[in-house]
Amino acid sequence: MKSKKLAMSVLALLVVFSILLTACGQAAPAPATEAPAAPQTEAPAATEAPAAKKQVEVFSWWTGGGEAAGLDAMIVVFNKKYPDIEFINAAVAGGAGTNARSVLATRLQAGDPPDSWQGHAGQELIGTYVKANQLEPLNFLFEQEGWLKVMPETLIPLISANGNIYSVPVNIHRANVLWYNPAILEANKIAVPTTIDEWFKAMDALKAAGVETPLALGEQWTVMHLFETVLLGTLGPEKYNALWDGTLAWNDAEVTKALDNFKKILEYTNSDAASLTWQDAAQLVVNGDAAFNVMGDWAEGYFKELKKAPRTEFGWAPVPGTAGTFQFLSDSFVLPVGAKNRDAAIAWLTVCGSKEGQDAFNPVKGSIPARSDADKTLYDEYLQSAMDDWAKDIVVGSLTHGVVANDSWKTEINDALGIFLTDKDTAKFQAALQTACESSGPCSK
Amino acid sequence: MMRYRKEKWQSFLLVLPSILAIAVFVYGFIAWTMRVSTSAWKGLLPDYTWVGLKNYIDLFSDQRFMVDIRNTLIFTVVFMVGCLVVGFFNAYLLDQGLRGENFFRSLFLFPMAISYIVTGVVWRWLMNPALGSRLSGLNLLFDKLGLDFLINKWHTTPGWGIAFIAIPAIWQMSGYTMALYLAGLRAIPDELREAARVDGASEIQIYRHIIFPLLRPVTLSAMVILGHMSLKVFDLILAVAGKQLSLDVPAIYMWQTTFDGYFFGRGGAISILLLLSVAVLIIPYLIYTLKSEPEI
Repeated sequence: MKSKKLAMSVLALLVVFSILLTACGQAAPAPATEAPAAPQTEAPAATEAPAAKKQVEVFSWWTGGGEAAGLDAMIVVFNKKYPDIEFINAAVAGGAGTNARSVLATRLQAGDPPDSWQGHAGQELIGTYVKANQLEPLNFLFEQEGWLKVMPETLIPLISANGNIYSVPVNIHRANVLWYNPAILEANKIAVPTTIDEWFKAMDALKAAGVETPLALGEQWTVMHLFETVLLGTLGPEKYNALWDGTLAWNDAEVTKALDNFKKILEYTNSDAASLTWQDAAQLVVNGDAAFNVMGDWAEGYFKELKKAPRTEFGWAPVPGTAGTFQFLSDSFVLPVGAKNRDAAIAWLTVCGSKEGQDAFNPVKGSIPARSDADKTLYDEYLQSAMDDWAKDIVVGSLTHGVVANDSWKTEINDALGIFLTDKDTAKFQAALQTACESSGPCSK
Repeated sequence: MMRYRKEKWQSFLLVLPSILAIAVFVYGFIAWTMRVSTSAWKGLLPDYTWVGLKNYIDLFSDQRFMVDIRNTLIFTVVFMVGCLVVGFFNAYLLDQGLRGENFFRSLFLFPMAISYIVTGVVWRWLMNPALGSRLSGLNLLFDKLGLDFLINKWHTTPGWGIAFIAIPAIWQMSGYTMALYLAGLRAIPDELREAARVDGASEIQIYRHIIFPLLRPVTLSAMVILGHMSLKVFDLILAVAGKQLSLDVPAIYMWQTTFDGYFFGRGGAISILLLLSVAVLIIPYLIYTLKSEPEI
């Protein structure tokens, strides 16, 4: 009996220690990022750095690949311009920022914001952080640096709320790109479609010619990506924007038409879409298993990684019906209310918006700069064509990538879309979209 | 007497840290989640406005949650029946006194040592639903073996995809059920079987009237353990299929709605419902085992 009690006690202790250990294990990375903040208040004798060196802690989810390399390139520019400010890279790894954003949320709830953080420009930032009064307007910086003159006029309202600009876009990606396999189109004598009806005809012809998958599609978020481009292609930029600012109701007849188009387009897609990542789906096009794929222009970076040649092995065009419109998404940086090192944060944002900073980041990341005066020779063939369009097209925002709808609204649209994929009931889908807009968007009941 | 009291205090002090940790990190957070589930919290910062049971009531008219309930039920049934049948069958075979029993016992048990994520990734490859010229995984194997009728869309089968997700789960947990059943079979004295044989019972009758009734407690334990696992399934589905609504379960909905959509109130309500569904299963079982266990 006694030994049993002892065993139980030891067991209990073990449990507690293991809990403590796991707790420590998880907490460990935090001090690493926070520790450098200490010298600001009290200069420790041990550090070799000069006392009272200024710091800026920048939070992002750029931890791998071209993104991390791009960030490093931008840090080099920053260090050259502001040698007296120490840059602290507080990047959090994992799944397109999901982990990073929950770490950020925890820090904000604890009143400990980083000096600047990365976020998708537009409503993803505005609906979450501006609504919670966590961000400072940046109009002064845009005016002081002359960014309003070099960034597209139609971009500014999309990254503003109540006339205030809340973030500095570093890079621009395009969402409404139709990737195609030039060999398949040529073999079937099909021209690149420019309207949705032409697109249907092209895909009918391909199906008749025995192409199993005219349009490659992947997991659910890529379906949402396709959805937003079809919405834009059917409605045109003005009505598309009107959907997001609440001036066009989602139960409008035009939306019905867009949903019908969308439903029809889904019939041309691969049956295993749900099990494919965006890379898998894009790869179907360059491998010759599919003719078309709608994906953001990060797909170009992926094709280059696969050693495919532009124009001959993969081609690109605006998604049918969206020529002259640039559906964008952007990573941007913000200035939080109560930044510990506000001046240093502003210095960082200045570099983010500068030509030098953007030209350092974007060629490496495989995106285009938000500024239209960048040095074109640094960019590849696709990116140069995207830069031309960026400078002259009407700019509208992406849904899937956080520009036009806040996160709550987006997840509600995502739920409605998921239900639609299981029952293909457009009327119900449209009603659910209207409900989503009423509960989390600008629509009034 | 003194000695006894001192010892009692010592052991209490030793257990105290874990009692405190559990009180805070388990029961404290359960209470806090309950509070959140009755609040209007939507967005980054907490909003504890009391809304009563609104979040719960809304869930029951929420189409996605209805899909979740249906999926959970299908998954639970297929997973539980699969594990019990496969587990019992393997235990029955091992109980026949074949050579190399230790080897086979370990072989069937090993999948349990693997994390659901690893199982999920492997089965994601095996259950590749691509058809036509892009056949892969098990479908390709079936094709090569001439078993074309077995080629299917696995977890992308409309309506019933979730049942296929139970296959990797059965693969992983049937070894555990086998171990439970094997222990149960070994505990049945040979005299009972022999007596039945003497009375002229056939092998089938012996199982039907003697072995199965005696294994009932084992089946009950297995069902409770498997049942609460299937209600909480999360990582396996994510690893096999990612986030897609046709294979959604409450745990994934909770995660997405709370951390992607900032619907903290709704997320809290889903968590509490999950907790309750598990409790309905576990608590009667705990009471039953506590009652039947002799006092120490």
